[in-house]
Amino acid sequence: METFFEFFSFSDASIVSVTVGAILLTASSAVVGTFTFLKKKALVGDAVAHAVLPGICLAFILSGNKNPLILIIGAFITGWLSLIIIDGITKKSKIKEDSAIALILSVFFGIGILMLTYIQHSGNAAQTGLDSFLFGKAAALVGNDVITFGVVAVTLMLTVSLFFKELKLISFDSNFAKALGIPVKGIDLLLTTLTVLAVVTGIQAVGVILMAAMLITPAAAARFWTNDVKKMTILAAFLGAIAGLVGAYVSYAAPAMPTGPWIVLIISGIALFSFFFAPQKGVVSRMYEQRKMQHLMMNENLLKSLYHLGEKDDNLFKGRKMAEILSKRYFPKKKLKETLTRLKRQGFLISTQAGWSFTEIGKQKGQRVVKLHRLWELYLTKYMHIASDHVHEDAETIEHIITPEVEAELERILEFPTEDPHDEKIPY
Amino acid sequence: MREHLNSQLETHNSKLKKMDAFLIILVGSLIAISCSILGCFLILRKMAMVGDAISHAVLPGIVIAFLISGSRDSVFMILGASVIGIFTTFLIEFFHKKAKLQTDAAIGVTFTWLFALGIILLSVFAGQIDLDQDCVLYGEIAYVPMDLWITKSGTNMGPQALYVSGFMLLVNIIFVRVGFKQLYLTTFDPAFAATIGISVTLWHYLLMGAVSMTTVASFDSVGAILVVALLVAPPATAYLLTDNFKKMLLISSGIGVVISITGYYLAVYLDGSIAGAVVTMAGVLFGLAFFFSPKEGLLLKKYQQRKEAAKLAQQL
Repeated sequence: METFFEFFSFSDASIVSVTVGAILLTASSAVVGTFTFLKKKALVGDAVAHAVLPGICLAFILSGNKNPLILIIGAFITGWLSLIIIDGITKKSKIKEDSAIALILSVFFGIGILMLTYIQHSGNAAQTGLDSFLFGKAAALVGNDVITFGVVAVTLMLTVSLFFKELKLISFDSNFAKALGIPVKGIDLLLTTLTVLAVVTGIQAVGVILMAAMLITPAAAARFWTNDVKKMTILAAFLGAIAGLVGAYVSYAAPAMPTGPWIVLIISGIALFSFFFAPQKGVVSRMYEQRKMQHLMMNENLLKSLYHLGEKDDNLFKGRKMAEILSKRYFPKKKLKETLTRLKRQGFLISTQAGWSFTEIGKQKGQRVVKLHRLWELYLTKYMHIASDHVHEDAETIEHIITPEVEAELERILEFPTEDPHDEKIPY
Repeated sequence: MREHLNSQLETHNSKLKKMDAFLIILVGSLIAISCSILGCFLILRKMAMVGDAISHAVLPGIVIAFLISGSRDSVFMILGASVIGIFTTFLIEFFHKKAKLQTDAAIGVTFTWLFALGIILLSVFAGQIDLDQDCVLYGEIAYVPMDLWITKSGTNMGPQALYVSGFMLLVNIIFVRVGFKQLYLTTFDPAFAATIGISVTLWHYLLMGAVSMTTVASFDSVGAILVVALLVAPPATAYLLTDNFKKMLLISSGIGVVISITGYYLAVYLDGSIAGAVVTMAGVLFGLAFFFSPKEGLLLKKYQQRKEAAKLAQQL
């Protein structure tokens, strides 16, 4: 707890620089990741992240020191190379994109590991800490490094906001963008460059192995809360920043811990929460909507069947036993019981000695469904010229969806017909 | 006298070294063949990245199983891992179908999350587990000859990894042999497979189970990420060399052996990670096939194009 307060009082200058650095890195990769996510190229980021390892090692072997600028250049070159090779393999051979990504990702990483172990065994004293690029170490962000990485991160975010409209367009519809005269190839190139840069800077905090999560997960989480790309980008950056803050704290409180996994765990927790509980798009809300629709359909189908029974013996308010309802239309027994009690609770039905019967509003509701069904059948035969024996199925689904406005429109263009194509009376 | 002894010791040592090299290459080959066989199905099903996801996601399972059982070479662990692998596949599909998350993001979110959890568990229980981050990343195939299986009566049965990888290869061969028709059909024509009564879902999950078990069995030797290279690189190379699926299985197994041998000597030469070198060689072979394959090679295509162009020019 003590370290907690110590950290969040930001009394130490190094804490401030580490925190600011980590937040900038994670937020900027989340911003860029939003567009790779929208382009459905999320896993390409994973490949780039793994592919920067040989670049970092090679830069170190050639320069002999850990100057972040040199390492960034090395990482940038191999990261770029991996994208070009993936593209080449997909275009020039029969190998599919997913195989090409997996291949390049693992082979580049393998080469990187070979180089890294070679460096470690070579006994160069400067190499210690090079392996913190694997899982990230936010605490390593001090002094000039923070400025270097911070500048790159801010540049990334500024570039995205400058080219926001173009990036948005090519993410959704590059043909349309082309038609508008936007240089699609150039913007594509820009996005690729941004992705590589985001990876190269982000690995300082998260590490090469889990870097993909910083590109994908904040965007995926943000996607569940909004349909607006601008809001989504800002939200992704904010969520990424929260994870970055936690990463910086972990790095401070438990120096032996790699920060990457913690950052990823936090952002994944946020994402999982969003997947399940986001309004409208979340699993729970979807399931709720589905259930509501199912109940509505069961209700209406049951009321309709009761109305049909009433029509047959000209007594709409007669009580009906369950067996009688089942003879009209099949319902699973359990569902039927549930629906009957639900309709009673909602005041559409009453249960009497003789069985279940309509209340006045229940009758009206049943009548409306029957009317809509028959109106639609008539509309299909009359205006769509569909044979009358082919229209029932379609009417069966649409009757639950037609709104009062559509209902009025149907009545108007069909001029309040009295009979449907099967010579059944349309009740008003 | 002393010199004589020394020289004897030296020949003995060099013999041992040769023996070690042989064992490492043998284990590497067994693992590479297992991975290649399954990988052929994976890349043709466009599921290479799912294989990647599984190989990362089994990590927390391995750590937890390690904490419970106290060792990493139990059958219990391999079976447990296959459950986690299938769970991963299920989770990816759940996010895709129920939460309507696009497939690539569903894969990316799922495996990074599980892998991060595994690494954290590893750091938290560092003192209690004989596993470390290096091992997770690139395995410890160099230690294969030292990790011996010694029976209760004290008989030395040879390296444990040899048994684990041999057993895994046997399981995979039996699996592919017995289910060949089902796997083949569900890979190439799932709709037809379904009409003749083969459960596409069942074979999908069985394959994923096999991938998970193989990943875990190879984990000690080559680590989580490099096993992906063994799953993808040899089959992709073989795919460029043949159109016949059975030949593809054989060629990719052969490639598995070749990269194990050449990779080992590359690692010895550079004094680096053996697994890393094996993967590097896999990449080299793929590059060769990509450019020089007599069927699909880039150079061949270029050559044919030029010939066609020349022919056309002549006709005009």
